[in-house]
Amino acid sequence: MPLISRLLVANRGEIARRIFHTCRQAGIGTVAVYSDPDAASPHVAEADLAIRLPGAASADTYLNGQAIVAAALAAGADAVHPGYGFLSEDHRFARQVQNADLVWVGPPREAMQAMALKIEARKMAIAAGVPVLPELDPASVTTFPVLVKASAGGGGRGMRAVHSAAELAEAVESARREAQAAFGDDTIYCEPLLAYARHIEVQVIADQYGTVWTLTERDCSVQRRFAKVIEETPSPVVGPQLRERLMAAAEALTRSVGYVSAGTVEFLLGNTGEFYFLEFNTRLQVEHPVTECVHELDLVALQIGIAEGQPLPPVPPEAAGHAIEARLYAEDPTEGFRPSAGPVYAFAVPAVDTTFGLASHTGATLRVDAGVVPGTVVPPYYDAMLAKVIAWGPTRPEAARRLTAALADATIAGPATNRDLLVSVLRGAEFTDGQANTALLATYDYASLVPDDRVIGLSAAAATAAIATANRQQAKVAAAVPGGWRNVPSQPQRTSFAGPRGQLDVSYQWSRAGIAILEAGGVLATVVVAGTDELLVEAAGVGYWFRVTRAGTRLWVGSALGSVTLDLLDRLPAPEQAAEAGSLVAPMPGSVTKVAVSPGEAVTAGQVVLVLEAMKMEHQILAPVSGVLAELRVRQGTQVSAGEVLAIVASDPVASDPVASDPVASDTEGQERQ
Amino acid sequence: MLAKLADLDAEHAKAIGGGGVKYVQRHRDRGKLTVRERIELLIDPDSPFLELSALAGYGTGFPVGGSGVNGIGVVADTLVMISASDPTVRGGSTNPWSLRKSIRGMQIAIENRLPLINLVESGGADLPTQKEIFIPGGQIFRDLTRMSAADIPTIALVFGNSTAGGAYVPGMSDYVVMIDGRSKVFLAGPPLVKMATGEESDDESLGGASMHARQSGLADFLATDEHDALRLGRSIVARLNRAGLGGPADGAADRAPAEPAYDGEELLGIVPEDLKVPFDPREVIARITDGSDFDEFKPLYGASLVTGWAAVHGYPIGILANARGVLFSAESQKAAQFIQLANQVGVPLLFLQNTTGYMVGASYEQAGIIKHGAMMINAVANSQVPHLTIVMGASYGAGNYGMCGRAYDPRFLFTWPSAKSAVMGPAQLAGVLSIVGRQSAVARGEPYDEDADVAMRALVEEQIESESDAFFLSGRLYDDGVIDPRDTRSVLGLCLTVIANGGGAQTAAASRPAGASRFGIFRM
Repeated sequence: MPLISRLLVANRGEIARRIFHTCRQAGIGTVAVYSDPDAASPHVAEADLAIRLPGAASADTYLNGQAIVAAALAAGADAVHPGYGFLSEDHRFARQVQNADLVWVGPPREAMQAMALKIEARKMAIAAGVPVLPELDPASVTTFPVLVKASAGGGGRGMRAVHSAAELAEAVESARREAQAAFGDDTIYCEPLLAYARHIEVQVIADQYGTVWTLTERDCSVQRRFAKVIEETPSPVVGPQLRERLMAAAEALTRSVGYVSAGTVEFLLGNTGEFYFLEFNTRLQVEHPVTECVHELDLVALQIGIAEGQPLPPVPPEAAGHAIEARLYAEDPTEGFRPSAGPVYAFAVPAVDTTFGLASHTGATLRVDAGVVPGTVVPPYYDAMLAKVIAWGPTRPEAARRLTAALADATIAGPATNRDLLVSVLRGAEFTDGQANTALLATYDYASLVPDDRVIGLSAAAATAAIATANRQQAKVAAAVPGGWRNVPSQPQRTSFAGPRGQLDVSYQWSRAGIAILEAGGVLATVVVAGTDELLVEAAGVGYWFRVTRAGTRLWVGSALGSVTLDLLDRLPAPEQAAEAGSLVAPMPGSVTKVAVSPGEAVTAGQVVLVLEAMKMEHQILAPVSGVLAELRVRQGTQVSAGEVLAIVASDPVASDPVASDPVASDTEGQERQ
Repeated sequence: MLAKLADLDAEHAKAIGGGGVKYVQRHRDRGKLTVRERIELLIDPDSPFLELSALAGYGTGFPVGGSGVNGIGVVADTLVMISASDPTVRGGSTNPWSLRKSIRGMQIAIENRLPLINLVESGGADLPTQKEIFIPGGQIFRDLTRMSAADIPTIALVFGNSTAGGAYVPGMSDYVVMIDGRSKVFLAGPPLVKMATGEESDDESLGGASMHARQSGLADFLATDEHDALRLGRSIVARLNRAGLGGPADGAADRAPAEPAYDGEELLGIVPEDLKVPFDPREVIARITDGSDFDEFKPLYGASLVTGWAAVHGYPIGILANARGVLFSAESQKAAQFIQLANQVGVPLLFLQNTTGYMVGASYEQAGIIKHGAMMINAVANSQVPHLTIVMGASYGAGNYGMCGRAYDPRFLFTWPSAKSAVMGPAQLAGVLSIVGRQSAVARGEPYDEDADVAMRALVEEQIESESDAFFLSGRLYDDGVIDPRDTRSVLGLCLTVIANGGGAQTAAASRPAGASRFGIFRM
């Protein structure tokens, strides 16, 4: 089989960039596909060729197998890598690729098909001697708790935990609906729900010649609603004997389905050491970098080599040390994990050793696989993961320390993220003791993530000084006069922010030497080193360096105390439009020739409510706001004078952004969390 | 000096305190902002504000401050003159000193082409003193429209009452903002209308903001509240097409001029409180000019007057500074030459006053000191480049004139707290009176009452001392304010920016101000 010369990645974001990285190192040409909102994404910028998939919705773009195969042919690619999510586990797509005489960088279609349905996969596992949880018929469940699962499901979708008989019917119904909507298959089954279980999985990789590697297990127990958040290898609770049994089970299943390429066998580990097969993911996993870090190997390179027909060495490289990955998502844990989209103004993780590549085993190392760079606009249509931050260390505590510091010190400005939650979990006793299980985030104290008043106050002080410094730098006149200078000082300067705990007022004074004393939300601070983005602010004798990023009125302030997002409030806000906006006023004297809306009827802003004839001209009187016509003071033919109020519209509260309104409904389509 | 500065702070505190705690509280209880809060919200955040004539009325029996605030600030990157009445001081009514302060503010605005923003809330004239207000007060309305005619925009933000004559402030302004339910602008209120025509009326129909915005058209903008009025005021200024005027050209290298090499804080120690002790003005110059640079002109000639070139905040200036108080013939001739040189190259002049006047005595008279003093005064009076004057210490006799005192129309004149200005020193003046009295007694053949002489001298000295005082003279609008010496560089820099705004002190040579081409006949 000839070597691959040009590879198309049927994916976006960090995994596309990750695969391109390996391609570049191998000398393989790269082809990106992109939806319209992704046109300016880094993965497009980094590819040799890029092909547009018109539209924004996943179904039109990254789930459109036909268009992707056409793109590969148009680009002269000879292979397709599906990444994870989207079409990566779709055996029909694999066939489309192969039918076009393109190399499929993935497992055999038959294995994909067999493992895609959970009920089928369970049967094969049983046949291979792998323990599985008993399958329960939803109609006859008597012992609770149970887990309702969609046979075609994945990533937590179509999954419901049920603790009593009363909840069961409803859970089965909703799981069916979700499964039908997401996977086009509403087959449902139940399993006993293991309390305090851990999620353990084994990375397997097999060549076409019978070599199967089973690599050190990964522990993905920190999950939120069955979606992984923090993953590590090895598991802190798996000893050599258990490991041997896990590896043996994974290898048996891999061999029994004739698997080739990289895949993952997932298990549930009970608190008494018993484990059960969950599912076989026939693709690369999001969390593959932790395995790469401890084994010092490139799984994507191995996938490509296997697709080219190359054999694996007989045994994998020895594992060493410990690796932990944290997934940085654009979602706000303090707001019910509401996904967040929009421009990324700053994204910088300090002291990164490698991006996408392999880190050497010399002291703690840091790897970042990011889908965004400063300036990327995160679209609301896809998975909200911004980046993966991975630390390797000779020991688990060293890896954890490195990862925690990297996350805590990262400068992230733009969409809200789960960074503070990750830092909080990594610092928490459950994780450091290795005791975190799948229930941790279900009962987490998310309110504790909101910074305390002192941290907000000091951050607001730094933000104020940064704004004031910028104001002086941007002044067009009298810029050389000291900031805020007064020959007759009468009061401090004032500014206000909307902060995580409500409005915050800052007062401050300039001295001849510069901005001096600040009082922010009851906290006194002095500015030692002023600047627009880096400032040293002292409080109670301790100086803290602050980094401030600003976009319009929003400021992201980071320091050793934590990160705080603030919104600068307008000193002179325009009055609420609704205050006067409801009134429709005659612009000139005339007569009403038409009344288009009757009282009580709904109107939208800009809609014609009345027509007035004056000076032989027709004047449309438009609804100033959306709402309901509350009052109509004229009829057809009424003579009106200028300035007369003709009608009043009672405004509706504006409907909130549908993307941001419902955290459950907002789970992005197509690319479920892997 | 620190004691004097504490006194200055105390006087400024009176002006800031407005009508006192009770009236300020009543004002706030009505949901209103104080005059200085209005100004702080109107100007750009973190921009400077140079308050003018803050001591107006000091020593006159009227409250310190002249019932209002005048000052130069930056609104939407545009230099403006702000003139605001303080409604907590006797309803914001105009007394003779408020009027002089307003007129001075408008003069500065006209000379330097500063858009004028009036923050109006005034009960009109202080009736008991109307005789000193009514007739000269017409100048306010005259100058408003003359400014407009000279393409200097005028804006009125009406926060409350602006009635009778006051109604012409919005009436004569280019842009008028009124606040719904707050502004009241009419020629006559309901009682006077009832007396005059028998018509029953109310405030709102006669002069309410809503009426003026919808019916009379006197209001161009209807604000919902004070903050909205200030917001509208800012948006009006932003559209005046004057942003950045007076500042350095975009990308100019002098955007961040070098700070002086010597610490401005040291000015407090350099200036002796006792005016009899001379000090070297080069020590002052080194603490106010860019990089402490000073290229001295004619340093070996007429050494009692220091002349030379420097820059403040990037704007070039020529400096004349008294060194040892007395002006002799050589100093006068040197000054006349230097003033002509500045006019030749179009560079503004800074006068640093510390002078006891022109030298007296037979040999000096015989050498033509009057002729030479006249030469210097001729040059100052006819010079066309903008002048700035700082009274650092003494300003006595004709030295006040030759060094560009108030009567010589410097664009700005500021005073240090320990300075004194008078026809001569108190002791000299008392001594002269004593000698004249003694000669008179001798001429009449009467004995001279030595005890009465001592008492008379003490009384006169005390009176002249207090009437030469910086605060006293500032209270009478003979300067634009008493400043902390440490603020001198900032004040001068801001004044030069203001002058540049009016086309008088550009850093770019191409747009330098025109110098004088004609002087009076120099008597050589």
